[in-house]
Amino acid sequence: MRRAVLLALAMFCLAAPPVAAADSVNPKADFKAFRAYFIKRFPKVPLNDFVNGPYSMDAGLRKQWQAIDAFPPYQFAVDKGKQMFATPFKNGKTYGDCFPNKGIGIRQNYPYFDAKSGEVITLDVALNNCRQANGEQPLDYTKDDMAALTAYMAYTSRGKPFDIKVSKDPRALAAYRNGEEYFYTRRGQLSFSCASCHVQSAGDHIRTEVLAPALGLVAALPIYRSAWGGMGTTSRRLRTCNSQVGAVPLKAEDELYRDVEYYLSYMSNGLPISGPGTRP
Amino acid sequence: MRTEALIKLAVVAAVCGLTTAALAASTDDFKAAYAKAETAETQAGALKNQWTTTAAELKAAKKAADAGNFDEAIKHAEQAEALANASIAQAKEQDKAWTKAVIR
Repeated sequence: MRRAVLLALAMFCLAAPPVAAADSVNPKADFKAFRAYFIKRFPKVPLNDFVNGPYSMDAGLRKQWQAIDAFPPYQFAVDKGKQMFATPFKNGKTYGDCFPNKGIGIRQNYPYFDAKSGEVITLDVALNNCRQANGEQPLDYTKDDMAALTAYMAYTSRGKPFDIKVSKDPRALAAYRNGEEYFYTRRGQLSFSCASCHVQSAGDHIRTEVLAPALGLVAALPIYRSAWGGMGTTSRRLRTCNSQVGAVPLKAEDELYRDVEYYLSYMSNGLPISGPGTRP
Repeated sequence: MRTEALIKLAVVAAVCGLTTAALAASTDDFKAAYAKAETAETQAGALKNQWTTTAAELKAAKKAADAGNFDEAIKHAEQAEALANASIAQAKEQDKAWTKAVIR
Protein backbone atom coordinates (compact mmCIF):
# COMPACT_ATOMS: atom_id res chain seq x y z
CA MET A 1 0.00 0.00 0.00
CA ARG A 2 2.81 2.38 1.02
CA ARG A 3 4.69 1.51 -2.15
CA ALA A 4 1.59 2.24 -4.25
CA VAL A 5 1.20 5.66 -2.60
CA LEU A 6 4.87 6.50 -3.14
CA LEU A 7 4.65 5.39 -6.76
CA ALA A 8 1.55 7.52 -7.34
CA LEU A 9 3.30 10.53 -5.81
CA ALA A 10 6.39 9.98 -7.94
CA MET A 11 4.29 9.73 -11.11
CA PHE A 12 2.45 12.94 -10.23
CA CYS A 13 5.74 14.80 -9.71
CA LEU A 14 7.11 13.52 -13.02
CA ALA A 15 3.92 14.38 -14.93
CA ALA A 16 3.47 17.93 -13.65
CA PRO A 17 6.00 20.58 -14.70
CA PRO A 18 7.96 22.24 -11.88
CA VAL A 19 5.97 25.17 -10.49
CA ALA A 20 6.84 28.34 -8.64
CA ALA A 21 5.21 31.68 -7.96
CA ALA A 22 5.64 34.11 -10.89
CA ASP A 23 6.81 37.02 -8.74
CA SER A 24 9.08 38.74 -11.26
CA VAL A 25 9.46 38.71 -15.01
CA ASN A 26 12.60 36.96 -16.20
CA PRO A 27 12.29 35.96 -19.86
CA LYS A 28 15.81 34.51 -20.00
CA ALA A 29 15.17 32.18 -17.07
CA ASP A 30 11.76 31.23 -18.48
CA PHE A 31 13.35 30.46 -21.83
CA LYS A 32 15.89 28.11 -20.26
CA ALA A 33 13.29 26.28 -18.19
CA PHE A 34 10.83 26.02 -21.11
CA ARG A 35 13.51 24.63 -23.42
CA ALA A 36 14.80 22.17 -20.80
CA TYR A 37 11.29 20.89 -20.09
CA PHE A 38 10.58 19.91 -23.69
CA ILE A 39 14.04 18.50 -24.36
CA LYS A 40 13.75 16.33 -21.26
CA ARG A 41 10.18 15.28 -22.07
CA PHE A 42 10.97 14.40 -25.69
CA PRO A 43 14.62 13.31 -25.67
CA LYS A 44 14.44 11.67 -29.10
CA VAL A 45 13.23 14.80 -30.91
CA PRO A 46 16.09 16.86 -32.43
CA LEU A 47 15.79 20.45 -31.16
CA ASN A 48 15.10 22.01 -34.56
CA ASP A 49 12.44 19.42 -35.31
CA PHE A 50 10.08 20.85 -32.68
CA VAL A 51 9.06 23.43 -35.28
CA ASN A 52 7.31 20.62 -37.16
CA GLY A 53 4.76 20.34 -34.40
CA PRO A 54 2.75 17.10 -34.48
CA TYR A 55 5.12 15.60 -37.09
CA SER A 56 7.92 15.66 -34.55
CA MET A 57 5.71 13.66 -32.20
CA ASP A 58 4.26 10.94 -34.44
CA ALA A 59 6.11 8.90 -37.07
CA GLY A 60 2.98 7.90 -38.97
CA LEU A 61 1.78 11.50 -39.25
CA ARG A 62 5.26 12.54 -40.32
CA LYS A 63 5.21 10.13 -43.28
CA GLN A 64 1.84 11.53 -44.39
CA TRP A 65 3.17 15.06 -44.10
CA GLN A 66 6.28 14.25 -46.15
CA ALA A 67 4.07 12.81 -48.86
CA ILE A 68 1.80 15.90 -48.85
CA ASP A 69 4.82 18.20 -48.87
CA ALA A 70 5.88 16.90 -52.27
CA PHE A 71 3.09 19.13 -53.61
CA PRO A 72 2.58 21.55 -50.71
CA PRO A 73 -1.02 22.79 -50.40
CA TYR A 74 0.24 26.23 -49.22
CA GLN A 75 2.02 26.85 -52.55
CA PHE A 76 -0.98 28.65 -54.05
CA ALA A 77 -0.96 31.03 -51.11
CA VAL A 78 2.80 31.64 -51.43
CA ASP A 79 2.43 32.41 -55.15
CA LYS A 80 -0.48 34.74 -54.52
CA GLY A 81 1.37 36.40 -51.65
CA LYS A 82 4.43 36.99 -53.84
CA GLN A 83 2.28 38.67 -56.47
CA MET A 84 0.47 40.81 -53.89
CA PHE A 85 3.78 41.78 -52.31
CA ALA A 86 5.18 42.99 -55.60
CA THR A 87 2.04 44.87 -56.71
CA PRO A 88 2.34 48.62 -56.02
CA PHE A 89 -0.24 50.46 -53.94
CA LYS A 90 -2.23 53.22 -55.63
CA ASN A 91 0.45 55.69 -54.60
CA GLY A 92 3.17 53.71 -56.35
CA LYS A 93 4.89 52.39 -53.21
CA THR A 94 5.07 48.68 -52.32
CA TYR A 95 5.11 46.55 -49.18
CA GLY A 96 8.89 46.32 -49.49
CA ASP A 97 9.14 50.06 -48.80
CA CYS A 98 7.75 49.51 -45.29
CA PHE A 99 10.18 46.83 -44.13
CA PRO A 100 13.88 46.29 -43.58
CA ASN A 101 15.61 44.44 -46.42
CA LYS A 102 12.58 45.17 -48.62
CA GLY A 103 10.56 42.68 -46.52
CA ILE A 104 12.55 39.65 -47.67
CA GLY A 105 13.84 37.20 -45.08
CA ILE A 106 12.63 39.19 -42.04
CA ARG A 107 9.68 37.15 -40.68
CA GLN A 108 11.84 35.66 -37.89
CA ASN A 109 12.07 39.11 -36.23
CA TYR A 110 8.32 39.30 -35.63
CA PRO A 111 6.59 40.06 -33.40
CA TYR A 112 8.55 42.88 -31.83
CA PHE A 113 7.79 45.37 -29.09
CA ASP A 114 7.34 48.85 -30.53
CA ALA A 115 8.57 51.43 -28.01
CA LYS A 116 6.79 54.25 -29.84
CA SER A 117 3.29 52.77 -29.64
CA GLY A 118 3.98 50.74 -26.48
CA GLU A 119 2.52 47.65 -28.10
CA VAL A 120 3.56 44.37 -29.64
CA ILE A 121 3.57 44.51 -33.44
CA THR A 122 3.04 41.24 -35.24
CA LEU A 123 3.91 40.74 -38.91
CA ASP A 124 0.20 40.87 -39.77
CA VAL A 125 -0.25 44.18 -37.94
CA ALA A 126 2.90 45.56 -39.59
CA LEU A 127 1.49 44.68 -43.01
CA ASN A 128 -1.77 46.47 -42.29
CA ASN A 129 0.11 49.46 -40.84
CA CYS A 130 2.00 49.54 -44.14
CA ARG A 131 -1.21 49.46 -46.14
CA GLN A 132 -2.82 52.24 -44.10
CA ALA A 133 0.31 54.40 -44.25
CA ASN A 134 0.03 54.16 -48.04
CA GLY A 135 -3.66 54.99 -48.30
CA GLU A 136 -4.94 51.43 -48.60
CA GLN A 137 -7.68 49.71 -46.60
CA PRO A 138 -6.45 47.19 -44.03
CA LEU A 139 -6.90 43.50 -44.78
CA ASP A 140 -9.05 41.22 -42.65
CA TYR A 141 -6.67 39.46 -40.24
CA THR A 142 -8.39 36.12 -40.61
CA LYS A 143 -8.88 35.92 -44.37
CA ASP A 144 -6.93 34.59 -47.36
CA ASP A 145 -5.17 37.77 -48.52
CA MET A 146 -3.41 38.27 -45.18
CA ALA A 147 -2.62 34.55 -45.07
CA ALA A 148 -1.11 34.76 -48.56
CA LEU A 149 1.11 37.75 -47.71
CA THR A 150 2.38 36.21 -44.48
CA ALA A 151 2.84 32.84 -46.19
CA TYR A 152 5.10 34.47 -48.77
CA MET A 153 7.08 36.39 -46.15
CA ALA A 154 7.46 33.24 -44.02
CA TYR A 155 8.64 31.36 -47.09
CA THR A 156 11.42 33.91 -47.69
CA SER A 157 12.57 33.29 -44.10
CA ARG A 158 12.54 29.48 -44.19
CA GLY A 159 15.30 28.10 -42.00
CA LYS A 160 16.19 31.44 -40.40
CA PRO A 161 16.22 31.28 -36.59
CA PHE A 162 13.68 33.20 -34.52
CA ASP A 163 15.28 36.35 -33.08
CA ILE A 164 12.69 37.94 -30.81
CA LYS A 165 13.80 40.64 -28.37
CA VAL A 166 12.29 41.35 -24.98
CA SER A 167 14.05 44.46 -23.75
CA LYS A 168 14.20 45.81 -20.20
CA ASP A 169 11.49 48.34 -21.11
CA PRO A 170 8.84 47.67 -18.44
CA ARG A 171 6.16 47.81 -21.10
CA ALA A 172 7.89 45.09 -23.15
CA LEU A 173 8.23 42.97 -20.02
CA ALA A 174 4.56 43.57 -19.22
CA ALA A 175 3.55 42.46 -22.74
CA TYR A 176 5.71 39.35 -22.40
CA ARG A 177 4.18 38.65 -18.99
CA ASN A 178 0.64 39.17 -20.33
CA GLY A 179 1.40 36.69 -23.09
CA GLU A 180 2.72 34.18 -20.60
CA GLU A 181 -0.39 34.65 -18.45
CA TYR A 182 -2.67 34.20 -21.44
CA PHE A 183 -0.87 31.01 -22.40
CA TYR A 184 -1.31 29.40 -18.98
CA THR A 185 -4.80 30.74 -18.13
CA ARG A 186 -7.72 28.36 -18.37
CA ARG A 187 -10.72 29.67 -20.30
CA GLY A 188 -13.97 28.59 -21.88
CA GLN A 189 -16.51 26.19 -20.44
CA LEU A 190 -14.08 23.35 -21.08
CA SER A 191 -11.58 25.23 -18.90
CA PHE A 192 -8.54 24.60 -21.08
CA SER A 193 -5.50 26.81 -21.29
CA CYS A 194 -3.10 26.80 -24.25
CA ALA A 195 -0.79 24.88 -21.92
CA SER A 196 -3.42 22.21 -21.26
CA CYS A 197 -2.91 20.97 -24.83
CA HIS A 198 0.54 22.19 -25.78
CA VAL A 199 2.42 21.54 -22.54
CA GLN A 200 0.62 18.98 -20.39
CA SER A 201 -0.80 17.01 -23.34
CA ALA A 202 1.88 17.67 -25.99
CA GLY A 203 2.33 14.57 -28.12
CA ASP A 204 -0.96 13.07 -26.96
CA HIS A 205 -4.01 12.59 -29.14
CA ILE A 206 -7.12 14.72 -29.12
CA ARG A 207 -9.57 12.75 -31.18
CA THR A 208 -7.51 11.83 -34.25
CA GLU A 209 -5.03 14.68 -34.01
CA VAL A 210 -1.68 14.81 -32.27
CA LEU A 211 -1.12 17.86 -30.09
CA ALA A 212 1.93 19.92 -31.02
CA PRO A 213 4.38 20.93 -28.30
CA ALA A 214 4.45 24.63 -27.37
CA LEU A 215 8.17 24.77 -28.21
CA GLY A 216 8.34 25.91 -31.82
CA LEU A 217 4.55 26.14 -32.01
CA VAL A 218 4.42 29.42 -33.95
CA ALA A 219 7.30 28.63 -36.33
CA ALA A 220 5.05 27.12 -38.99
CA LEU A 221 2.50 29.95 -39.15
CA PRO A 222 0.58 30.74 -41.28
CA ILE A 223 -0.66 27.21 -41.93
CA TYR A 224 -2.64 25.31 -44.49
CA ARG A 225 -5.02 23.15 -42.45
CA SER A 226 -6.72 20.16 -44.01
CA ALA A 227 -9.56 20.73 -41.54
CA TRP A 228 -10.10 24.17 -43.06
CA GLY A 229 -9.40 23.19 -46.64
CA GLY A 230 -7.34 26.36 -46.84
CA MET A 231 -4.80 28.71 -45.32
CA GLY A 232 -5.17 30.33 -41.95
CA THR A 233 -3.40 33.17 -40.22
CA THR A 234 -2.24 33.26 -36.60
CA SER A 235 -5.41 35.17 -35.71
CA ARG A 236 -7.59 32.52 -37.29
CA ARG A 237 -5.84 29.76 -35.38
CA LEU A 238 -6.04 31.53 -32.03
CA ARG A 239 -9.72 32.36 -32.50
CA THR A 240 -10.51 28.79 -33.51
CA CYS A 241 -8.68 27.45 -30.46
CA ASN A 242 -10.75 29.74 -28.25
CA SER A 243 -14.01 28.50 -29.79
CA GLN A 244 -12.92 24.90 -29.43
CA VAL A 245 -12.64 25.23 -25.66
CA GLY A 246 -15.93 27.11 -25.41
CA ALA A 247 -14.47 30.61 -25.08
CA VAL A 248 -15.80 33.50 -27.11
CA PRO A 249 -12.87 34.50 -29.35
CA LEU A 250 -11.33 37.92 -28.98
CA LYS A 251 -11.09 40.36 -31.85
CA ALA A 252 -8.35 39.33 -34.32
CA GLU A 253 -4.97 40.77 -33.29
CA ASP A 254 -6.37 41.73 -29.88
CA GLU A 255 -3.62 42.89 -27.55
CA LEU A 256 -3.74 39.56 -25.70
CA TYR A 257 -3.33 37.57 -28.92
CA ARG A 258 -0.34 39.68 -29.90
CA ASP A 259 1.15 39.28 -26.46
CA VAL A 260 0.80 35.48 -26.47
CA GLU A 261 2.38 35.35 -29.94
CA TYR A 262 5.22 37.50 -28.55
CA TYR A 263 5.70 35.11 -25.63
CA LEU A 264 5.62 31.94 -27.74
CA SER A 265 7.89 33.42 -30.39
CA TYR A 266 10.46 34.39 -27.74
CA MET A 267 10.28 30.83 -26.40
CA SER A 268 11.10 29.65 -29.93
CA ASN A 269 14.22 31.82 -30.25
CA GLY A 270 16.97 30.05 -32.13
CA LEU A 271 14.56 27.60 -33.77
CA PRO A 272 14.12 27.87 -37.54
CA ILE A 273 11.11 29.31 -39.31
CA SER A 274 9.30 26.38 -40.89
CA GLY A 275 6.34 28.29 -42.31
CA PRO A 276 4.21 28.36 -44.15
CA GLY A 277 3.16 25.02 -42.70
CA THR A 278 0.78 22.19 -43.41
CA ARG A 279 -1.28 20.75 -40.61
CA PRO A 280 -4.11 18.19 -40.36
CA MET B 1 -76.10 18.99 -3.67
CA ARG B 2 -76.32 21.94 -5.97
CA THR B 3 -74.45 24.08 -3.44
CA GLU B 4 -71.75 21.44 -3.17
CA ALA B 5 -71.37 21.34 -6.93
CA LEU B 6 -71.19 25.12 -7.10
CA ILE B 7 -68.55 25.23 -4.35
CA LYS B 8 -66.51 22.58 -6.17
CA LEU B 9 -66.80 24.56 -9.37
CA ALA B 10 -65.71 27.74 -7.59
CA VAL B 11 -62.68 25.98 -6.05
CA VAL B 12 -61.65 24.53 -9.40
CA ALA B 13 -62.05 27.90 -11.09
CA ALA B 14 -60.00 29.62 -8.38
CA VAL B 15 -57.21 27.04 -8.59
CA CYS B 16 -57.14 27.31 -12.37
CA GLY B 17 -56.97 31.09 -12.09
CA LEU B 18 -54.12 30.92 -9.59
CA THR B 19 -52.08 28.36 -11.51
CA THR B 20 -52.63 30.23 -14.74
CA ALA B 21 -51.39 33.41 -13.09
CA ALA B 22 -48.42 31.54 -11.59
CA LEU B 23 -47.47 29.82 -14.87
CA ALA B 24 -47.78 32.74 -17.28
CA ALA B 25 -44.60 34.83 -17.20
CA SER B 26 -44.83 38.32 -18.57
CA THR B 27 -42.69 40.43 -20.88
CA ASP B 28 -41.55 42.35 -17.81
CA ASP B 29 -40.46 39.13 -16.08
CA PHE B 30 -38.43 38.18 -19.14
CA LYS B 31 -36.91 41.64 -19.49
CA ALA B 32 -35.79 41.55 -15.87
CA ALA B 33 -34.24 38.08 -16.22
CA TYR B 34 -32.56 38.99 -19.51
CA ALA B 35 -31.15 42.23 -18.11
CA LYS B 36 -29.56 40.33 -15.23
CA ALA B 37 -28.00 37.86 -17.65
CA GLU B 38 -26.73 40.65 -19.90
CA THR B 39 -25.18 42.49 -16.99
CA ALA B 40 -23.28 39.36 -15.97
CA GLU B 41 -22.19 38.72 -19.55
CA THR B 42 -20.95 42.30 -19.92
CA GLN B 43 -18.88 41.83 -16.78
CA ALA B 44 -17.46 38.60 -18.23
CA GLY B 45 -16.63 40.52 -21.40
CA ALA B 46 -14.71 43.13 -19.42
CA LEU B 47 -12.63 40.24 -18.05
CA LYS B 48 -12.18 38.94 -21.65
CA ASN B 49 -13.66 35.62 -20.57
CA GLN B 50 -17.05 35.04 -22.14
CA TRP B 51 -18.21 31.52 -22.92
CA THR B 52 -19.81 30.48 -26.19
CA THR B 53 -22.56 28.64 -24.29
CA THR B 54 -23.59 31.87 -22.54
CA ALA B 55 -23.98 33.58 -25.87
CA ALA B 56 -26.04 30.64 -27.15
CA GLU B 57 -28.39 30.78 -24.15
CA LEU B 58 -28.88 34.53 -24.54
CA LYS B 59 -29.73 33.99 -28.18
CA ALA B 60 -32.18 31.20 -27.29
CA ALA B 61 -33.79 33.46 -24.67
CA LYS B 62 -34.36 36.20 -27.22
CA LYS B 63 -35.75 33.75 -29.74
CA ALA B 64 -38.23 32.27 -27.26
CA ALA B 65 -39.30 35.74 -26.13
CA ASP B 66 -39.83 36.84 -29.73
CA ALA B 67 -42.10 33.83 -30.15
CA GLY B 68 -44.05 34.89 -27.05
CA ASN B 69 -42.87 31.92 -25.02
CA PHE B 70 -41.76 33.80 -21.93
CA ASP B 71 -41.50 30.82 -19.58
CA GLU B 72 -38.94 29.22 -21.85
CA ALA B 73 -37.27 32.56 -22.48
CA ILE B 74 -36.79 33.14 -18.77
CA LYS B 75 -35.30 29.65 -18.32
CA HIS B 76 -32.73 30.40 -21.02
CA ALA B 77 -32.00 33.83 -19.55
CA GLU B 78 -31.47 32.34 -16.10
CA GLN B 79 -29.18 29.69 -17.56
CA ALA B 80 -27.26 32.41 -19.38
CA GLU B 81 -26.86 34.34 -16.15
CA ALA B 82 -25.58 31.22 -14.37
CA LEU B 83 -23.06 30.53 -17.17
CA ALA B 84 -21.90 34.14 -17.24
CA ASN B 85 -21.38 34.07 -13.48
CA ALA B 86 -19.42 30.84 -13.82
CA SER B 87 -17.18 32.42 -16.45
CA ILE B 88 -16.60 35.42 -14.15
CA ALA B 89 -15.71 33.05 -11.30
CA GLN B 90 -13.32 31.23 -13.63
CA ALA B 91 -11.58 34.46 -14.63
CA LYS B 92 -11.20 35.54 -11.00
CA GLU B 93 -9.89 32.14 -9.95
CA GLN B 94 -7.45 31.97 -12.85
CA ASP B 95 -6.12 35.46 -12.11
CA LYS B 96 -3.74 33.86 -9.63
CA ALA B 97 -4.09 30.15 -10.39
CA TRP B 98 -2.35 30.35 -13.79
CA THR B 99 1.02 30.86 -12.14
CA LYS B 100 0.88 27.36 -10.69
CA ALA B 101 1.01 25.86 -14.19
CA VAL B 102 4.06 27.79 -15.44
CA ILE B 103 7.15 25.80 -16.36
CA ARG B 104 9.99 27.13 -14.19
